[in-house]
Amino acid sequence: MLSIRDLSVGVEGKTILRHLNLQVRAGEVHAVMGPNGSGKSTLAQALAGHPAYTVTGGEVTYLGQDLLAMSPEDRARAGLFLAFQYPIEIPGVSNAAFLKAAINELRAARGLDELDAMDVLELLHEKLELVEMDRSFLNRPVNEGFSGGEKKRNEILQMAVLAPTLAILDETDSGLDIDALKIVAGGVNRLRRPDNAIILVTHYQRILQYVEPDHVHVLVDGHIVKSAGKELALELERKGYDWIRDEVATV
Amino acid sequence: MSSVVTGTDRYLAEFETLERRGADRTPAWLAALRRSAIDRFAERGFPTTRDEDWRYTNLGPLVATPFRVAGAVAPRGLSGEMVDRSAIGAGAWPRLVFVDGRYAPEHSSRQTLPGGARLSSLAEAMDTDGGLVEGHLARHARWDDNVFAALSTAFVQDGAFLHVPPETTIPAPIELLLLTTVPGMLASPRILVVAGPYSRFTVVERYIGLTDEACFANAVTEIVVGPGASVDHYVLQEQGASTFRVATVHAALERDSMFSTCEATFGARLARTTLTVRFGGEGGRGVLTGLYVTSGRQHVDHHVTVDHAVPRCSSQQLYKGVLDGSARAVFNGRVIVRPDAQKTDATQTNKHLLLSDGVEVDSKPQLEIFADDVKCTHGAAEGQLAPEAIFYLRSRGLDETAARRLLTLGFVREVVDRIAVEPIRSYLDRALEARLGTGHASKEMP
Repeated sequence: MLSIRDLSVGVEGKTILRHLNLQVRAGEVHAVMGPNGSGKSTLAQALAGHPAYTVTGGEVTYLGQDLLAMSPEDRARAGLFLAFQYPIEIPGVSNAAFLKAAINELRAARGLDELDAMDVLELLHEKLELVEMDRSFLNRPVNEGFSGGEKKRNEILQMAVLAPTLAILDETDSGLDIDALKIVAGGVNRLRRPDNAIILVTHYQRILQYVEPDHVHVLVDGHIVKSAGKELALELERKGYDWIRDEVATV
Repeated sequence: MSSVVTGTDRYLAEFETLERRGADRTPAWLAALRRSAIDRFAERGFPTTRDEDWRYTNLGPLVATPFRVAGAVAPRGLSGEMVDRSAIGAGAWPRLVFVDGRYAPEHSSRQTLPGGARLSSLAEAMDTDGGLVEGHLARHARWDDNVFAALSTAFVQDGAFLHVPPETTIPAPIELLLLTTVPGMLASPRILVVAGPYSRFTVVERYIGLTDEACFANAVTEIVVGPGASVDHYVLQEQGASTFRVATVHAALERDSMFSTCEATFGARLARTTLTVRFGGEGGRGVLTGLYVTSGRQHVDHHVTVDHAVPRCSSQQLYKGVLDGSARAVFNGRVIVRPDAQKTDATQTNKHLLLSDGVEVDSKPQLEIFADDVKCTHGAAEGQLAPEAIFYLRSRGLDETAARRLLTLGFVREVVDRIAVEPIRSYLDRALEARLGTGHASKEMP
């Protein structure tokens, strides 16, 4: 589904990702772990097409298409979703209006009819229950005045509503209490299907107790230094990231 | 070659012509008032950018254009159907219609108002309610230091009069529809509203220009809010693209009264509003809101003065502008808290969204506080759409235009959401959608 080959990305003239390689197949959950500043968020933002991140080398193929040639909106329309580490506040735009616009953009891209306000509301009410959010959230401006946990749940709500093919969660688990973490994990697990894929970008192993990854990758200094099964996450939790650095250094 | 008289002299000459024609019908007090006002106008002349209050607003093009004073002219291209379509309240609200400054009874619908409330043309009210008119007309909007109020007072011919007796509530908003159809005219619509003690109602001024050629509209509105009364006031302005619009609004609030005013500015090449809210009795509350969407070379200027002359009053100002093209906005928010006015609570917010690099904003708070136990805050901000917000929306499948549209409409939402009258809210939604739907401000009519 997603093939990243030799990807290098810079921001403000500084190289962050260096010759990164990653293969993600349909049905898989990948955890990308790493210490702060290793390039995890850069990878997530670059895949979503953030204009501040400049691709300086390599290629990314998503569902047979050249992802890097696509605009951010075309990536979203092709089923790619990024749950932001720091969701943006949009004053004056209600969650409901925002989601209605997004739903219909994605439907239009698939050649489907526009959903009217009632249909959208029905869908939103159903998904709100999954993330245990009150209906009043729909009338509030997007993320404005939301607590940290509410913002993260709002990202999962959007993910549930937009039903992506490839979801990238950028430290969605950071700063969540255990209840919110379970809700986020539940949202991810519901998305897990043979035709979907998920990339969990995370600093901690905690969420992996609730979402079992097929593959765990360790990102250090802009490239993946180690890949293994879910047991790697536990090892990282126990030993921290330093031993990986040491191991890489000795190789 | 005949020379065209412009500037102050032109209006002095027009005044003399008008005096000769209509002197017999004018009550003596009004004739005297007019004469004093034209003398004051002659003395002061049009302001220039050397006047502090007009520093950023150049009246040169207005002064140089030879406008005729609106008299009996035949309206152009106006049908009853157009009038109905222009009215916010459709057929449901009581309304007075003015075409090129003249009362148009055939398009008006005065209805029978509760409690003996009176809605009529000003000319008519001089006969029926002479005492009230004489007691209030030109007594509130100061024309000694406001040249345009002086000019209006000199040329006052017609306008709207609304008197709501004590303890009377009028459920439906009262709409004043002022249409401009003939180019080249000076129209001086004059509105006088007197709210009796504990009365409650809403009054809407709706200005529509049906010509894109040059016009000069000089509107003056005086609103007296009696003790305990509650008045909601709206000004919805869609003048023609070449109209010079100068508006003076003065609200005099008595004890425990509530006054809200909301002005939405879309039209005119130059729109200047001089708004004064004066608290004359304790416990008053004023809510002042403005929304302007400008493009091209439009120039919008708000000079707002809130005069806390007595204790325990609160005022709240929120002005938001969206500027595109080479538009220019001027905001001067003056709050005076006089020595006795303890426990004053005054806030002021002025925000601008800049959609192009060619726009210019001059926003200035002017707080003059002479009491010590008061709460006064002000804030001003201007900026472009946040790139992070645009990316967030694009990452959800909206293209850049749709993202800009949503964010721009979001910027003005705060103002629209405050409006209590549903038909006005939905009118604004339509007007804003039509103008900001592309993510840029355009002059498209809704």
